[in-house]
Amino acid sequence: MNDMTPIVRQTTIKDWETDQEVRWCPGCGDYAILKAVQRTMPEIGSTPENTVFVSGIGCSSRFPYYMETYGFHTIHGRAPAVATGLKLANPKLDVWIITGDGDALSIGGNHTMHLLRRNLDCQIMLFNNEIYGLTKGQYSPTSRVGTNSPSTPYGSVDRPAAPCAFALGSGARFVARGFDVSKNLPEVLKAAHAHRGAAFIEIFQNCIVYNKDVFEDFAAPKGAEDRQLWLRNGDPMLFAKGTKGIALDSDALTLKVVDVIDGDWQAAGVIVHDVTNRSVAHMLVEMRFGEFPMALGVLYDDPRPTFEAELLGQNASVAAGKQADFAALLKKGQTWIVGDEVGPEL
Amino acid sequence: MATIADQPTGAAPLQASDAVVVRFAGDSGDGMQLTGGQFTLSSALAGNDFATFPDFPAEIRAPQGTLFGVSAFQINFGSTAIDTAGDAPDVLVAMNPAALKTNVGVLKPGGLIIADEGEFNARNLDKAKYTSNPLDDDSLARWQLLKLNISQATLDAVKPFGLGNKEALRCKNMWTLGLALWMFDRDRAPLVDWLRTKFAKNPVLADANIAALNAGHAYGETAELSGPLKQYHVAPADVPSGLYRSLTGAEGIALGLVAGAQLAKLPMFFGGYPITPASAILHHLSRLKEYGVTTFQAEDEIAAICSAIGASYGGALGVTSSSGPGIALKGEAMGLAIMTELPLVIVNSQRGGPSTGLPTKTEQSDLYQAVYGRNGDAPMPVIAARSPGDAFECAIEAVRIAVEYMTPVMLLTDGYIANAAEPWAVPELGDYAPFPVEFLDHVPEGGYKPYARDEKLARRWVKPGTPGLLHRIGGIEKEVDTGHINYSPANHQVMTDLRKAKVDGVAKSIPDQSCELGAPGGKLAIVGWGSTYGPIRQAVSRARERGLDVSHIHVRHIWPLPANLGDLLRTFDQVIVPEMNTGQFKTVLRDQYLIDARPLNKVSGQPFTIAEIEAAIAGALA
Repeated sequence: MNDMTPIVRQTTIKDWETDQEVRWCPGCGDYAILKAVQRTMPEIGSTPENTVFVSGIGCSSRFPYYMETYGFHTIHGRAPAVATGLKLANPKLDVWIITGDGDALSIGGNHTMHLLRRNLDCQIMLFNNEIYGLTKGQYSPTSRVGTNSPSTPYGSVDRPAAPCAFALGSGARFVARGFDVSKNLPEVLKAAHAHRGAAFIEIFQNCIVYNKDVFEDFAAPKGAEDRQLWLRNGDPMLFAKGTKGIALDSDALTLKVVDVIDGDWQAAGVIVHDVTNRSVAHMLVEMRFGEFPMALGVLYDDPRPTFEAELLGQNASVAAGKQADFAALLKKGQTWIVGDEVGPEL
Repeated sequence: MATIADQPTGAAPLQASDAVVVRFAGDSGDGMQLTGGQFTLSSALAGNDFATFPDFPAEIRAPQGTLFGVSAFQINFGSTAIDTAGDAPDVLVAMNPAALKTNVGVLKPGGLIIADEGEFNARNLDKAKYTSNPLDDDSLARWQLLKLNISQATLDAVKPFGLGNKEALRCKNMWTLGLALWMFDRDRAPLVDWLRTKFAKNPVLADANIAALNAGHAYGETAELSGPLKQYHVAPADVPSGLYRSLTGAEGIALGLVAGAQLAKLPMFFGGYPITPASAILHHLSRLKEYGVTTFQAEDEIAAICSAIGASYGGALGVTSSSGPGIALKGEAMGLAIMTELPLVIVNSQRGGPSTGLPTKTEQSDLYQAVYGRNGDAPMPVIAARSPGDAFECAIEAVRIAVEYMTPVMLLTDGYIANAAEPWAVPELGDYAPFPVEFLDHVPEGGYKPYARDEKLARRWVKPGTPGLLHRIGGIEKEVDTGHINYSPANHQVMTDLRKAKVDGVAKSIPDQSCELGAPGGKLAIVGWGSTYGPIRQAVSRARERGLDVSHIHVRHIWPLPANLGDLLRTFDQVIVPEMNTGQFKTVLRDQYLIDARPLNKVSGQPFTIAEIEAAIAGALA
């Protein structure tokens, strides 16, 4: 977000839609995410001209073409680097990075890490479909072990990366999770936008062609209550209609699922979610689905000074009081005059 | 006190000359670069023209005494115009056996060797793979030899200051510099001032170094009568009057980029990643915040260029810099800048390749990479600087082309130019025509089309944040005018042709090619580009003095080439292209003009000598 951006006018969802034909496969989860973003934008005080969507390469990275804002569809993995230069050139812009699991964690893993540790003020939406869609279905760095794909006909053998754990390990100060068709997605996006600094959002996205329904086990509406843990700051970590919760196993120093009897979550030792608690955030991003519900919502939110504020602030303070006299700069150091009489000018 | 163990051997005494070449060589820990740098400054203050050649190992502190750990600094100074650091030194200062062994081969016959015999002990001789002490056998008979125990003399000179042995010996280079200052009749005062400033926090070290400097100087005075040591006075060079400073190529590039940004009225964003020998540009620019320069040390070469592209997209002048291997990594992003038609300057300080190659040695072998090294039909203007001072001009020119044509531009320099210093007549920025950028900030008549073009075929630059001009750009093929995604065959043909025509059109804005020396229509043209300027100019000048019909043509605009170059080259019977590669520019000229350009190649990591080019001229005209 950027609090220097004045609210120029109230926009509606129509103001954020382009005339471009959307080219994702019918039924792709990207459509739902696009709608969620377009629905969110009028509510966060941004204006289309001050908003820039920067993407890499992949299905998700076509996103900027469908937003009536400024947009830059860059090259594979490099959106964070382009966004960094853009934001340093004009820190007033509201910058959103759109990326995927291959784009952000394979070819662009290095840039993702450094953007997060530097804490550039922007939103990073990582569409995680656990597959390479645009190249026709090869397994990705987030694919589960055993994924059958054109490049792994006998199943993949390498263990998947955990995007939120990667983000937190890289120094992210905001980590959130959602999924394409979730009604809560706009709320997560708003929180990300309200965070000053790099806000990392992993969005599970259903690739209906190459990895269909791979998130069904927790995203399916039926039984969702039992499988989704929606985290809200200040609320106890409850799910399954309040009959279960997350507590600390103080012997193993891990989290555990506990039964909550008659709504008495305190007696069960259920943790109250504190978005600034980095230790708990580390445990939440490592929670394995199955044994645990899928942790969703804002997992961690504890702002620190942003990269561009620090860097441009230093530039300004170093430059303060100095005259930018280019002629003097050219003459800097030891000079001498050649004339009628040769001699040093010391 | 130092003693001369033997009377000097050798033949004729060093002749006084209009120009003298001195080479300081020692262990990488001996401070030879610093000694050379200060001697350069004293040459400047004495009014001499000069050219320098720092030649150092890739290792930061190679094991002491080894052959690969030798660091050298050569300077050519004189009262006449100096174009190169000199073919062969007149004087070699060798601080240890390894320095002698690796450098004596290039010393002029009859030249003077000043050797620190205190370092010629069994251990160091063994490390330098000498089976016997060259100072005591006849192996150096071709030269004059002056053996001095510089180490002991230095220890004696700094004794009053109570330094440890190691610290005391570190003053050796100042003793040597003192002797050199005496030899060439130089003022010690600026050096004393410099030492006081450098060691302001440690006055004892300042005093010790000054004592060593004075002792070296005093040694020259007292030893003059008894040995080959003679004092020379090299008169000031006859150069145009004005204010001068010493300028390295890295400084020339940095200052030229800032000047270019000022002429374009743009803030500058520089994205860089450390790499030898390009890092010095990042270092210089990072201290120029008050001139609207933002520097960003990126996580890698790709992020460095991509951040610069992002900054250009945001309305700043994006600049990135690297050397060969890093430029290779940036290739895909250059294509993005070409496709999105955003201005960008890419500086390539070339070094020996391929792969890691020779990080600290010079080469011109990235010309193909600069002109052709991208996927797809990806035309990009390329400019090459010939010297540190020319690098300033070329950087301004690169910025001009980038913003006027909305294109990335590559500026080629090399390790030799980056590190070498020359006197530079300080210019006035007012002498340069400004080329202020006008961003499009309103919807033009007939509506805004992101890829509509002006008469130069450049599209308009629009800053995100501008109301009414929202648009999307990217690396996918653009539709003519609208910039929408378009994969149609006809559109790709048109857009490819447009991108080529735009870059070809840059030739209309650059001067016609002229001859540096000689005139069109002769027997032989020596066609150079980049840092071979000095040796070619000297060689052609000498050949012409001998009456040979040879001209020197030096090309700054490598791509597109000057419009008249083909016609100019066709007026000569023969064309020879000296290059520090295996014939890359030669191939471009053959391809573009179907002329019989012939190569003269050198890829030893060392610049051409004048003699090598003279020999080629003589051979061609024999």
